[in-house]
Amino acid sequence: MKKFGALLLVGVLALSFALTGCGAGGKSGKIKVGVVNNPPSESGYREANVKDMEAVFSAENGYELKTAYSLKNDEQLQAAQGFITEGVDYLLISAAETTGWDEVLKKAKEAGIKVYLFDRMIDVDESLYEAAVVSDMAKEGDTAVNWLLDQKLDEYNVIHIQGAMGSDAQIGRTGALDAQFAAGTMNKVVQQTATWDEAEAKKIVESVINSGEDFNVIYAENDGMAKGAVAALDEAGITHGVGGKVIVMGFDCNKWALRELLAQKWNYDGQCSPFQAQIISDLIQGKTTASSKKIINEEKGFDATTLTQADIDTYGLGE
Amino acid sequence: MKNNFKRFFSSGLGQLTIPIISICLLIIFNLIRDPSFFSISIAHNNDGNMVLAGNLISIINGASELAILAMGMTLVTAACGGQDISVGAAAAIAGSVFVKIIKMCMFDFNSDIKAGYIILAFLAACVVAMLFGAFNGTLVAVFKIQPMIATLILFTCGRSIAYWINGGATPTVSSPIITAIGGFIPGVPIPTPVIIVVVMAVLFKLLFHFTSLELFTQSVGINGNAARLNGINSTFIKLLSFIILGICVAVAGTIGVSRLGLINHETLLIDIEMDTILAVAIGGNSLGGGKFKIGGSILGAYVIQMLTITLYAMKVSSTDVKAYKAVVIILLVVIGSPVVKKYFGRMVSKAKANRSEKKAKGAVE
Amino acid sequence: MQENVLLQMRNIDKSFPGVHALNNVDFTLRKGEIHALMGENGAGKSTLIKVLTGVYQMEKGEIKVEGNKISIHSPQDAQNKGISTVYQEITLCPNLTVAENMFIGRDKKSFINSKARIKRANEILNKLGIPARGSQILGNCSLAIQQMVAIARAVDMNCKVLILDEPTSSLDDKEVNMLFSLMRDLKSRGVGIIFVTHFLEQVYEVSDRITVLRNGELVGEYLTEELPQVELVSKMIGKELEELSSLGESDEKQSAEGEVFYEAHGLSSSEALPFDFSIKKGEVNGFTGLLGSGRSESVRAIFGADKVGGGTVKIKGKKVSITKPVDAMRHGIGYLAEDRKRDGIIAELSVRENIILALQVMNGMFKPISRSEAEAFADEYIKVLNIKTASRETPVGSLSGGNQQKVILARWLLTHPDYLILDEPTRGIDVGTKLEIQKLVLKLAEEGVSVTFISSEIEEMLRTCSRLIVMRDRHIVGELKGKDLNQTQVMKTIAGGEA
Repeated sequence: MKKFGALLLVGVLALSFALTGCGAGGKSGKIKVGVVNNPPSESGYREANVKDMEAVFSAENGYELKTAYSLKNDEQLQAAQGFITEGVDYLLISAAETTGWDEVLKKAKEAGIKVYLFDRMIDVDESLYEAAVVSDMAKEGDTAVNWLLDQKLDEYNVIHIQGAMGSDAQIGRTGALDAQFAAGTMNKVVQQTATWDEAEAKKIVESVINSGEDFNVIYAENDGMAKGAVAALDEAGITHGVGGKVIVMGFDCNKWALRELLAQKWNYDGQCSPFQAQIISDLIQGKTTASSKKIINEEKGFDATTLTQADIDTYGLGE
Repeated sequence: MKNNFKRFFSSGLGQLTIPIISICLLIIFNLIRDPSFFSISIAHNNDGNMVLAGNLISIINGASELAILAMGMTLVTAACGGQDISVGAAAAIAGSVFVKIIKMCMFDFNSDIKAGYIILAFLAACVVAMLFGAFNGTLVAVFKIQPMIATLILFTCGRSIAYWINGGATPTVSSPIITAIGGFIPGVPIPTPVIIVVVMAVLFKLLFHFTSLELFTQSVGINGNAARLNGINSTFIKLLSFIILGICVAVAGTIGVSRLGLINHETLLIDIEMDTILAVAIGGNSLGGGKFKIGGSILGAYVIQMLTITLYAMKVSSTDVKAYKAVVIILLVVIGSPVVKKYFGRMVSKAKANRSEKKAKGAVE
Repeated sequence: MQENVLLQMRNIDKSFPGVHALNNVDFTLRKGEIHALMGENGAGKSTLIKVLTGVYQMEKGEIKVEGNKISIHSPQDAQNKGISTVYQEITLCPNLTVAENMFIGRDKKSFINSKARIKRANEILNKLGIPARGSQILGNCSLAIQQMVAIARAVDMNCKVLILDEPTSSLDDKEVNMLFSLMRDLKSRGVGIIFVTHFLEQVYEVSDRITVLRNGELVGEYLTEELPQVELVSKMIGKELEELSSLGESDEKQSAEGEVFYEAHGLSSSEALPFDFSIKKGEVNGFTGLLGSGRSESVRAIFGADKVGGGTVKIKGKKVSITKPVDAMRHGIGYLAEDRKRDGIIAELSVRENIILALQVMNGMFKPISRSEAEAFADEYIKVLNIKTASRETPVGSLSGGNQQKVILARWLLTHPDYLILDEPTRGIDVGTKLEIQKLVLKLAEEGVSVTFISSEIEEMLRTCSRLIVMRDRHIVGELKGKDLNQTQVMKTIAGGEA
C-alpha cells in the first residue's frame, strides 16, 4: 500500500515534470545533479561528506542540487528512480548496500544520465557508471604503519583495537599491521575488536593494564575507540601522546580528535576523506579525466608534531 | 565466638555473608596467585596529576556506576519485590540530556564549557531521569504491573529515545571539568567516581537517618496489606523508590559520559541492568523484596568488578570475561542459597557436637 | 493396651538457639483413636508435630510405628511411612481438579487417564462420605471440602497416622460437624488421628484422649471424659483455677455514661452495607455474629480499611472524613486486624520496628523516631505486655502467635489511641494470653479509651463488653446490653426468628 502510494506520487511528479520540465532545464542553464546518500546523522564522517557535497554542487558553481538521504537500500533505490524520472543530468550514489542496483543504473544509462559512485563501491558492471571515487582503506593502514615504523622505537608492543569485523575499514586498516606482526617487527600484545565502540575499547585497554603486560602503542581503527583507550590510560595514570609512554593512533580525523592531536595527547590520526565532491565536479566539468574507473581519494596521515590549526580547519570532520 | 559463627551462617547477621565471603575468597585467590595484584602505585597522568594506580583502584573506580545504580535498585527491589531492567537505557537518556544541555548552552552563549552549564545539565539529566523513574513507578505502583514487565518498555525504547536526543550522532564534550568528573580532580589522587560513590552512600545514609523511609519501604515490601492498614501509602513509597533510582541513574549516566567525554547512546552502561540486579542479590538482599541492606549491594558491586579485574589480571580477554564471570557468579549464588547455608550450619553444629562429645569422653577417661 | 499402640514417641528432645523447645517428651497414639494435642502457644505442639513429620530432626529420643523403630528424614519420608499431615492452610493446588489434587505427585500409570482418575477419586470420596466430585476444580470448593480432600488424599495413601493441625479454625459450625463425622469414620477404620486445636469445646466433642504440653515438657496424658474443661485449661497454662474464674466473675465492665466519641450514620464501604454505629468514651462494645455476617467488614469501614462508600462520621461531635487508614489514625483510632499474618505483622522486621510502626506513620516520614527512643518504647511494652521474645531485635515472625498479637497491641497502644478496634485479638492464641488481653481491654476502658471488640467466643465478649451489636447476613439485627447480655439471648439474636 505504502509502496503503491509512493509509486503513485512518483508518477504524478513525473507527469508534472513532463508537462513543465522541457523548458525548465534549458532555462536555468545549470547542471542538474541528484545525490543519493546516507543521512548526515550517521556519523561525523557523513556529516562532513554531506556538507562537502552541498558546498561543491552549489548554485554559484553552476549546479542544481537534489538530495535524498536514507540508511535503507530500497528507499535509496526509489529515490534514484525518482531522480531518473525527474531527468537529472548526473546521478551520484553512496549506496547503503552493495547489491540491487543493476536495474536502476541500467535505466539511468538508457535515459542518458551519467552515474558517479562515491565513498562506497557497488556490485555492478563497470560500464554502468563513469567512475567511483572511494577511499583505499588498505592504503590508510599502510600510511599509518609506515608512520609508526618511522618512529624508530626500540620495541613495538601494540594493543590493536579493531573495528566491526568484516567491514571495509577494518579489513584494510588491520592488514597493514598484521603484516608487521607476521614479520616480527612488532609484538602483538592484544588484538581484539571493539566494534567501533568507545566503551569496549576502554575495557580492552583496562584488561591489558590489569594483566600487567607491557605496551607502548595503541592502534585503534577509529577515533572513538582511541578515545576510549585514552580514557583507560588516564584512569591508570599512564602517560600518552608526544613525550608520553604510549603512542596513540586513531583514524577518521574528527575535529575533536585532531584537537587531541594538536594538544599532543595523541600521536597520529589517519585521514578517511569524505571530500569526493570536488573530484567528481572536476570530472563532470571536464577539468580532469579519469584514468581508471576507480579513483582513489588522496588521504593523509597527521602527526601530532607537525599538525597545525589550519589542518584541523581544512581536514577535520564534524564541529 | 563459635556461636556467632554459626549464627553468621544460619540467619540474621548472615545478610552480608555472601559478599564478604566472596571478597575474602577473591582476595585469598589473588594472594596465592600473585600478591602483587594488590600493589598500589603513584603515577602521574597526562594532565600532570598525581594519581593512585593499581588493580585495587581499578576495582573501586570501575565499579562506581554499578555501585550507585545498585543503591537505587536495592530500594526498588525492597519496595516492589521486583527489579528495574531499564536503568542502562535510562542512563543513556540521562547522559544524552546531559550532553545536549551542555551543547545548547555552548551554542547559545557561544562560549566554552563552564561549570554552570555542567551543573544545569546535570540537574536537567536528574529531572529527566526522575520523570522516567516516575513513569516506571506509576506503572508498577498504580497499575500494579510487574516491575520487570513495566520497565521492559523503557528498556526497549530507551536507547531509541536517546538516539533522537543525540540526532543519531555521538557528540563529544571536552572540558577540564568533565575530565575531572570522570577522572581525577587536580591534586586529588583518588578517582572522582569513587568519591561520588562515597557521597551517594552518605546521602542514602542521611536519607535513612532523617526520614523513616527505610522502615516504610521494608514494611511495604514485606507485607503490603499490613503496611496499608498501618497507614502507609504504599503507592507513594513504591513511586518514590523509582524516583530515587532515577537520581542514581542520572548520576551514573553523568559519570559514564564524563569518563569518555562523549555520549554513545548505544553502548553507554550497556548490560549494566543485569549486573545491578546481581549486585543487589550478591549483597544478600532478597529479590522478592522486604528487608534490605544498601551496604550489601555496594559490596556486591565491588565483588562483580573485583571478579572482572581478577580475570583481566589472569589475561582473560575482555570479551571472554563474561563467560568466566557467569561461572563464578553461579557458584557464589549457589553458595549463598538457603540450602547450602543450612548445610553449612548443620556441619558447624555437628562439628561442635563432636568436639564436645570428645571432650566429655576425655573427661570420663 | 500395648498391642494396640500405633505410634510411640519417647524422650524426644529438640532445641533451637536460646529455646529448649522439647524436653524429654513422650507421646503415644493408639489405633482408632482421636488424640488431642493441647498446649499454649510455644508449648511445643508444633515442634513435636514437625519432628514427627520430618520437618525438624530430633536431637534425642526415638519414634516407633507399630513397634518398629523408624527415623524420619523429610515430610515425603514421613508420608511414605504412613504419617500424613493436613495443615491449617491448605497446601494443595486450587487451580487443579479435586481428582488431580488427590493423585498429584504420586500418579501411577493407570491414572494418567483422567477419566479413570476421576472415577477412582469419586470412589474414595463416596466411601468417606465427602460431598465433592473428582472433576470439580478444588478452588471452587469450600475450605472445609478442600480440607477433606486433603484428608482423603492422605487416607488413600494408606496413612496410619493422620495429623490435623488446626483444621477447624476457618470453618463454620456446619462444616466443623462434617469434618468431625469424617474423623469419626476414619477412627472406626483404625486410623490414629492427632488433633491440634485451640477450641476447647471441639476437643471435648470429638477426642478420646488428651495430651497436654507446657513449656516444651509433657504435663500428662488423660482420657477426655476424665478431665473437666477447667482443669484442662489450668493444666495448659499452669495457673490456679480461681484466677481464671475470678475474671469471669469480675464486674469491671464500664457502662459508660460519658460523651459519645465516635458516631457514624449510614456508613458503608465496598465490603459493608450501610450501618449506624456509635461508641462512648471509655465504652467497650462488640460486634458479634457468625463468620461472614459482616462484623469484620463493618469495623474495617470504621477504620477506612476498604474503599469507603458513603455515610457521615463524627468524632467528638465534629464531622470528619475518614477515607483511608491514616485518616482514622490521625483521629485517634487504632485497628488490630483479624488476620494477624496477612494484615498485622511485618514478619521479617524486628519486634522494635513492628512496635513503633504505627506511631512512626502518624509522626510522618520526616520525623523518624530515633533508635534510642524506639528501643525505649520497645523495652517498655515488652515489659508491660509481658512479650516473650529473645530480644527486641528478634524478627517478629519467629515469635509465637500470642506474642505476635501482643506486639501488634503494643504498636497501637504506643499511639495512645482514643478508640481501639480489636478484631479477633484472641484467635489462635493461648488461654493465658487471652486472659491478659481481656484484662488489658478492661483496663484501657477504665483509662477512658473506647474499645470495640470482636471475638468468635461469645463468652469472651460477654466478659468484656457492656454492649453487643449483633449482625446477621451483613445487617445489624440487634443490640444487647444490661440484663440481656447473656449467652442465650445472644444466641437467640444471632439465630434470629423467635427472639
